[in-house]
Amino acid sequence: MNKSIMIVGVGGQGTLLASRILGSALLSKGYDVKVSEVHGMSQRGGSVVTYVKYGEKVYSPVVGEGEADLILAFEQLEAARWLSCLKPDGKVIVNTQKIDPMSVVIGDCQYPEGVLDAVRAAGATVVELDALPLAVEAGSPKATNVVLIGAMAKNTDIDKEIWIDAVKACVPEKFLEMNLKAFELGYNQ
Amino acid sequence: MKKLLLGNEAVARGLYEAGCRVASSYPGTPSTEVTECIAKYDEITSEWAPNEKVACEVAFGAAVAGARSFCAMKHVGLNVAADPLFTSSYTGVNAGLVIVVADDPGMHSSQNEQDSRHYAKASKIMMLEPSDSDECLKFSKLAFELSERFDTPVLLRLTTRVSHSRSLAEVGERVDNGLKAYEKNPAKYVMVPANAKVKHVQVEKRILEQVAYCEAEAVEAGLNTVEYNSKKIGVITSGICYEYAKEALGENASYLKLGCVYPLPEKLIKDFCNECETVYVLEELDDYLETHCRKLGVDVKGKAEFTLLGEYSQGLIRKVILGEETTSLKADVQIPPRPPVLCAGCPHRGLFYTLKRLNVTVSGDIGCYTLGVAKPLGMMDTVLCMGGSVSGLHGRNLANPEMASKSVAVIGDSTFIHSGVTGLIDIAYNNSNSVTIILDNSITGMTGHQQNPTTGYNIKGEPAAAVSLEKLCEAVGINNVFVVDPYDLKDCYDNISKALSLNAPAVVISRRPCALLKTVKHNPPLKVNKDKCKSCKMCMKIGCPAISMKDGKAEIDFTQCLGCNVCSQLCKFDAIE
Repeated sequence: MNKSIMIVGVGGQGTLLASRILGSALLSKGYDVKVSEVHGMSQRGGSVVTYVKYGEKVYSPVVGEGEADLILAFEQLEAARWLSCLKPDGKVIVNTQKIDPMSVVIGDCQYPEGVLDAVRAAGATVVELDALPLAVEAGSPKATNVVLIGAMAKNTDIDKEIWIDAVKACVPEKFLEMNLKAFELGYNQ
Repeated sequence: MKKLLLGNEAVARGLYEAGCRVASSYPGTPSTEVTECIAKYDEITSEWAPNEKVACEVAFGAAVAGARSFCAMKHVGLNVAADPLFTSSYTGVNAGLVIVVADDPGMHSSQNEQDSRHYAKASKIMMLEPSDSDECLKFSKLAFELSERFDTPVLLRLTTRVSHSRSLAEVGERVDNGLKAYEKNPAKYVMVPANAKVKHVQVEKRILEQVAYCEAEAVEAGLNTVEYNSKKIGVITSGICYEYAKEALGENASYLKLGCVYPLPEKLIKDFCNECETVYVLEELDDYLETHCRKLGVDVKGKAEFTLLGEYSQGLIRKVILGEETTSLKADVQIPPRPPVLCAGCPHRGLFYTLKRLNVTVSGDIGCYTLGVAKPLGMMDTVLCMGGSVSGLHGRNLANPEMASKSVAVIGDSTFIHSGVTGLIDIAYNNSNSVTIILDNSITGMTGHQQNPTTGYNIKGEPAAAVSLEKLCEAVGINNVFVVDPYDLKDCYDNISKALSLNAPAVVISRRPCALLKTVKHNPPLKVNKDKCKSCKMCMKIGCPAISMKDGKAEIDFTQCLGCNVCSQLCKFDAIE
């Protein structure tokens, strides 16, 4: 049975690297893997989504309505935005960080209250995590993505060693130590 | 060995393995990474060209000279390269020539949703379409073989989901057969009417030969494939739609997958349709395959049931063919939209704020700065195509000369070189009272930081000749050239005002490197002194994603702020430190 994971967030948060680490880990387990990314215009502070699918044989690289087993959300509002893609019995792992979209910054819209309560009320299982302070603890707010990968790793049946090897394979040498620390902090939450 | 490769990366690998020697491209999402990956192979001479037409001509010249060559572009880039494309179909090649064109159904990063398959048919050039990374690699190699066998350029069509998905691809070794001998042959390569008339006859003959290839040999080669399962539903498809169909229908349908979308087979399609009860044509964008099927007189379902707009998906196919609806969760909250914005520290922000103060009409162009259209800046009136801002402004000012002192064009450094300079020559030549603003951020930004002829570096990051924008503007006849720093709002305002008051052709170069460049040093993040902040929201008028209002006071996000100081110039209470 194939599984589908979505990584959603705000352009600039490092969702692409997270999807590469995930893809690399799944590949080590011998799965057929497809990872779909969006580049270009959507990078610039907009809502971004990456799809990761794995199993014996994967065809479509994208995840549609009601198809995701897991959503890893880098931001609360993005968890709610992409919720329609989650299976009714699916799980959301969410970074509790809030980032105001421009529509909120300029006062056209409100950042809604109780976003995660609404996600829970819709029927999703929600795992919350405040990843930004952990990333800062690891050495940089930029490591938030790897903290979240650590948190997700804990929720999978893939060995921790495989995850660590995947981080090593995807992160530049210069930032490896910081990212391994970020992974541990996320994993141990 | 199998590797997890991005579709574009797999194309690059295929070109490499096929012994490709020369690559020339202009970046454009979703095609850019093909050439970026090619640049990592030292065996291939790779370059960024000023535009797609130049890139295509460079690749053509190299192929005629005997090197397997290639160029890549996005769908609208093929419009620019259409001139060499159409006639290269007549001349044919010597060594193979592969032209990659990446369409963008759903317009993730494009200004239109044109379907490049029409170009293949119109130019009579063979077109292959892979559906995953493994096929990207295999079809790229095959494209070179077919190019040389049929003496024609070959188009390789990608779409966003194929270009930007990673899947497993079988990687092999490079085979380089060296440079093919070039022989002077004007009857083949000089397209004067007398020669072109002879060549056109050969082109039509070539297409018939290619159709014969598509019927049989292409099936053996795994390019066109027929897969019979349940024959209640038959699916004729190509590219990414094959993956969607397989996921949605599995073995409940039979498939005719066309890896070659031009030319198309006849017998293969008719035979398949005869075997299946109901045949659906699954293709994104136009009814290209469907029209061919109808021309053959076979009964198929297609666009009437599906759509000409955007992307297909497994969900859409399940819904239309199987009548299955998916259940989905919905959070009971109003979710504000989150479109892309100019980055924190983006040099374009100060420039657009200045244009807003000047209340001018803005003829816009293609690049990061197109985001100047978004609120709260909202400073863009038109955006058409690469380079269109400059010539469009001239036209606007011809129609309404009184408005010339309240109108500007904005265009990035790379886009200006691509095709803006010709518009500027028009302005100088016809003495148009037009003000062109070149937003020089020292990089091709939107496509992810590619070097260009103004940056002083080539595709490999080695030092290269740099176009001086000032000298170029002067050389074409612009006598009023101003250079401003967009982080300095007063400097911007004063000089653009002056340019607009001249009643003469003028250029303002707004110069400041992209804030995301690794070489750019930033100031420490700014902070709001909450005691001094009077909640006037002046700093909110520039639309910086790092600034928000928290508990009635402005707040700056330290993780985003790059200390550009544009906001602090707006604060009348010196609250931003």
